[in-house]
Amino acid sequence: MTTPLVQVEDLTIDFGTVRAVDGLSFTLEAGAALGVVGESGSGKSASASALLGLHRGTGARVTGTVRVAGTDVGAADEAQLRALRGGKAAMVFQDPLSSLDPYYTVGDQIAEVYRVHNSVSRRAARARAVEVLDRVGIPDAARRARSRPHEFSGGMRQRALIAMALACEPRLIVADEPTTALDVTVQAQILDLLHDLRRETGMGLLLVTHDVGVAAESVDDILVMRHGRAVERGPVSEVLGAPSRPYTRELLASVPRLDGGRVGGPGPGAAPPGAGPLLEAVGLRREFGRGARRVTAVDGVSLTVRAGETLGIVGESGSGKTTLGRMLVRLEDPTAGRLRYGGREIGSLPEKDLRPFRRELQMVFQDPVASLNPRRSVGESVADPLRAAGETDETRIRDRVSGLLERVGLDAGRYERYPHEFSGGQRQRIGIARVLAAEPKLIVCDEPVSALDVTTQAQVIALLAELQGELGIGLVFIAHDLAVVRQVSDRVAVMRQGRIVEQGAVDEVYGSPQDPYTQQLLAAVPTLDPAHAAARRATRSELAAA
Amino acid sequence: MTGFLLRRLGGAVFVLLALTVILYAVFYVAPGDVAQIACGPRCSPAQVAQVTEQLRLDDPVYTQYWHFLQGIVAGQDFSTGTGVEHCSAPCLGVSYQSDQQVMQLILTKLPVTGSLVIGAFVCWILLGVGTGVLSVRRRGRVTERVLTWLTLAGTATPVFVIGLLLIIVFCSTLQWLPSPAYVPFTQDPEQWAWGLLLPWVSLALIESAKYARLTRSSMLETLAEDHVRTFRAYGVSERAIVGRHALRGAVAPVIALSALDFGSMFGGAVLTESLFGIPGIGRELVHAVKVVDLPVVVGMVLVTGFFVVLANALADMLYALADRRVVLS
Repeated sequence: MTTPLVQVEDLTIDFGTVRAVDGLSFTLEAGAALGVVGESGSGKSASASALLGLHRGTGARVTGTVRVAGTDVGAADEAQLRALRGGKAAMVFQDPLSSLDPYYTVGDQIAEVYRVHNSVSRRAARARAVEVLDRVGIPDAARRARSRPHEFSGGMRQRALIAMALACEPRLIVADEPTTALDVTVQAQILDLLHDLRRETGMGLLLVTHDVGVAAESVDDILVMRHGRAVERGPVSEVLGAPSRPYTRELLASVPRLDGGRVGGPGPGAAPPGAGPLLEAVGLRREFGRGARRVTAVDGVSLTVRAGETLGIVGESGSGKTTLGRMLVRLEDPTAGRLRYGGREIGSLPEKDLRPFRRELQMVFQDPVASLNPRRSVGESVADPLRAAGETDETRIRDRVSGLLERVGLDAGRYERYPHEFSGGQRQRIGIARVLAAEPKLIVCDEPVSALDVTTQAQVIALLAELQGELGIGLVFIAHDLAVVRQVSDRVAVMRQGRIVEQGAVDEVYGSPQDPYTQQLLAAVPTLDPAHAAARRATRSELAAA
Repeated sequence: MTGFLLRRLGGAVFVLLALTVILYAVFYVAPGDVAQIACGPRCSPAQVAQVTEQLRLDDPVYTQYWHFLQGIVAGQDFSTGTGVEHCSAPCLGVSYQSDQQVMQLILTKLPVTGSLVIGAFVCWILLGVGTGVLSVRRRGRVTERVLTWLTLAGTATPVFVIGLLLIIVFCSTLQWLPSPAYVPFTQDPEQWAWGLLLPWVSLALIESAKYARLTRSSMLETLAEDHVRTFRAYGVSERAIVGRHALRGAVAPVIALSALDFGSMFGGAVLTESLFGIPGIGRELVHAVKVVDLPVVVGMVLVTGFFVVLANALADMLYALADRRVVLS
């Protein structure tokens, strides 16, 4: 029997008083692929770092044994550890922008790493860099090797990081959330690339991800982690098809699916059929910059939102969806086009005439940390819209805020607490409570759940659906995640390069997409069924060839 | 790049113009008999009258100023009583007290101050950045604490104390060095370097503390960034990470600070020049202020301003070279 490529026994990692990993054991055979899946704080990234001994010198306490490709990581000296890192096991990190040095060319950075493990000339190392960049699909690699990271797109940067990992032909690639910062179509390309490389070179792959779908696409075995422990381990089809643990079942149930139905539905507050639209945009346009540097972020968008319904807007980064959302609530002024709210033109109203509408048009932002003032108690933040509306009676304000906090599922007794004392999901609830305080008629939610774990995501989506049914609010739900948009929307608009390429009822757009771009997007969404994933990988390469 | 240079040049001209306006307002539109002050206390009424005519002090203020500007751009003729002396552009006027053209006076002092500043600059960059790198490499150990303490002591000690100490130790007690004196580079390069060594070192000791701290903090900041983690995870040695990746992050801030220091040092190395008896711009400026030689004071402040502006424009360009993400605009 051969020794496994990775052998982890009773691994425990403590950061100060926090136990991130608690007695984890697993093995990975040579050439196999293991997905480590879990929510934030489950210890999956800390475990991955331990494989390369990256906790050394950081103050973290690591116990247990980790053997990777014949090296005992815990006992290895500096030289052995350096030989392991990059030479036998290479790591691909999450954020491709910050993971490369902005000051050096991409080719030089790969060459530097190559020269650490091979005594070759600079020229030979550069040639190797071009070779691996070419292998990961960087067009015109010899020339692009001389570019600096900021001249690469997100997808290309991630390819460059994978090229760096390939440079020394390691036996194992550890990929920590390699596609989390990428658009869904780019994500699919990167996952396909990893798949091909593995088949070609026979390397082992340890893929750390919060996205069960990403794992399902790429690995043979799955290890589900929670609170630093292994919950369940087995072949992908078994763990995802017939999970044996309650937590795995809960996790899988929370994952939004493309074929799932709408959460909630039109409630009593919904507009009666035939009623006019709440908000109507016609030919909305927004440009930034002047002269040769002018960029059209939104290019002639027309849409309507009715009371009590949700319009989903999906698109990849740079498609103009956020700018559009901000224009709908007049946080951004349209360059051209009309915007009618409740039958009145508000697109060109000056700020002072807009005041009566400001309260009714609200926005929920993506980052629940950045959108709350860290120096003020959450109760004060939620009270802001009330005070802005002229309420001065402190007891009335307190009662109303307490009511709102309870309404979004928080303990009203935490009025005086500060944002850092709440979890991500709770902060987003606070954000929603603040918006509700203004008694809005229309809320634009810009990626409201994309920073949250799936189980939390599901709770926030349920809350939004519930509130909408109760209050008959019109919702515009902006997201890059097609499955999430499907869950919450009645109608959906697909954006690309500032334009809406397809718009219609959710079932129609998802069921029989007409625009090639929509088809491409839908084909790129990871699926939980590994057999299905393989079939779609084939579909993608056909679409790419077409 | 050309567009950037033109715009930067336009900006520089504007700053210098603004400087001339302020200087002119402060010195020539001041209360009192400007002609008498400029000419000096021992001037006869006839000489004062001549100065009044020279500087057009009887004309309205804007004509006077225009005349002054004209001199800088196109040159001027001065009557010396017996004949006419031409002062070619850029003409900063004539010192009535020493009967010398201000520009010529500055030109004789410039190589002296230049020698001092450029040499000190090289020393303080080497010393400052070197100390910064060393304290990063040895962070958390005794060496770092000692270095931090030493650089702090360096900043806290005035230049005349450090300078005097150096002179006493190296020139008087140990007699390793000749007493500091200025010998022109063109005359004897070796003497030039030995004579300026102590002034360079004392200026560098004062300045390098800032650079050591700046280098250290920028490098520590870079070391905390994600891309450093990437290179650690690929087995790149700590030495290469500090020397190649972290130091690179410190280059831009060091350039920015150097530009400010380098420019202002041209007019501001007063104490050092006086202490070591170096006949540079700083010492001349002190003298001119003492005897209220107006044209000289104004001229020297203008030239210093010119160097500050020039150094900053240079720094902007170097900055863009150091960090390719910076778009010159």
